[in-house]
Amino acid sequence: MEISIREVDLAAFLFPNHRHKPKKERVKTFAELGFPGRLIAVEGLDGSGKSTQIYLLKRWLESLGLKVFFSEWNSSPLVKNATSKGKKRELLSPTTFSLIHATDFADRYERQLSPLLRAGYLVLCDRYAFTAYARDTVRGCPQDWVRGIYSFAPLPDLVFFFKASLETSLQRILDGRPQLKYFEAGMDLHLSTDPYESFRMFQGRLLEQYLAMSSEFHFLEIDANQPIEAQQSVVRDLVAARVKLSEYGCNHPESVK
Amino acid sequence: MNVPLRVKIKRRRIIAPRAKARRFYGQGLPGVDLSKLAGKLIVVEGADGSGRSTQIARLVTWLEECGHATVQVGLKRSTLVSEELEQAQQGNILSHTTLSLFYATDFADQLENIILPGLRAGLMVLADRYIYTLMVRDMVRGMDAAWVRNLYGIALQPDAVFYLNVPSEELVVRTFAKKQSLDYWESGMDLGLSRDMFDSFLQYQNLVAQRFKELQACYDFTIVDGRRSVDAVNRELRQRIQSVLQGE
Repeated sequence: MEISIREVDLAAFLFPNHRHKPKKERVKTFAELGFPGRLIAVEGLDGSGKSTQIYLLKRWLESLGLKVFFSEWNSSPLVKNATSKGKKRELLSPTTFSLIHATDFADRYERQLSPLLRAGYLVLCDRYAFTAYARDTVRGCPQDWVRGIYSFAPLPDLVFFFKASLETSLQRILDGRPQLKYFEAGMDLHLSTDPYESFRMFQGRLLEQYLAMSSEFHFLEIDANQPIEAQQSVVRDLVAARVKLSEYGCNHPESVK
Repeated sequence: MNVPLRVKIKRRRIIAPRAKARRFYGQGLPGVDLSKLAGKLIVVEGADGSGRSTQIARLVTWLEECGHATVQVGLKRSTLVSEELEQAQQGNILSHTTLSLFYATDFADQLENIILPGLRAGLMVLADRYIYTLMVRDMVRGMDAAWVRNLYGIALQPDAVFYLNVPSEELVVRTFAKKQSLDYWESGMDLGLSRDMFDSFLQYQNLVAQRFKELQACYDFTIVDGRRSVDAVNRELRQRIQSVLQGE
């Protein structure tokens, strides 16, 4: 390969990330940035029970009369059309898969999460950027690139990681919903031609990613092999201990409707 | 006497471009082999009304006459998201980051499915705008430059980038001559520069041109004076592309 010195200089100037690792400037949490609201996210493998847990958390916070908003991964009505077309017709590459989910997240972030957090809401997210960090990296996108793209959004104030053994998660999914979709099973990674085998291997790789992120991002690990009630009790205790819930009431004098 | 008119048959040697060392601007796309891209990627940038499409149409004719196969790409033309992007823009309901990422998705889809396969097959890929317009639009809207650079680190460096430079006053004249109305987005109305569309158009196009000049300093565009006649501009573009083809 022949590259002139000038070209190298130019590229280094324009795209410093290419040659040097970017300065690891930690993304801040909403609380650290002075948002009055708090964002609580749940992460974990499919079948780890995280959606049940965040639903129960939401019911509890609502019953306390607090300002709560719930948002799900991949649910922006604007972007959904394109995503489902891309998935159905298997048009997505690792890069476009990553970008289209980032678009979905950006839409929810800019139109709902950020304004509600500024208005002092408790925002509950079923999956956050960590899902993208894990999935996109497993699909081969560079980690710095993926994290860079999501860097417009602060980190959650609390992240619950529902840690189940791979076998438990697999069983829960494979028992209940035997028809696996192409991307869900990670078929695009060509790990195996058998969707079930592919799903197992894909989930295994995702779990490795989650475990690696757990300490880096201070995930609150919940033993997802425990009964639902036991997990929920831990979740509620942790939320009560770390968030001044009394400040999030609907009739709070400073609340913004 | 009826003598058939003799047609002079001119034949010029057809130049087959050779693959050269290529690179992405940043980290690039996962799993893409850049070693066998024999075609050439030629980008024409410029505002609406700068003559981009006219010039590209002429370049296609000329390149085909010279024996080169061509393929064209442009913004909002991907199978994946072009329709949805169009819809979303009609309603003006997307925030900046969202719109920016939507455009990046559209770009990535075309890069992977048209540009790279085209270059691999030895085609002349003509891009009616590339990442620079997208970057400039984002930066004018206050997006972080480092964020934008990281995002478009997936892009392949083109073989040539031509920026058709036309002052905004002239763009207004051309736009009105064509369709008697200004486009919401091309006037940067979402920026709230002015409630008057005419004012906003001029201000916005000046901001864009300024950003392009900043990018030009580091991206090595060729700035082409777009105020001249279509023929004059096309002559210059052909000459420059000719030297790209000859590997100069």
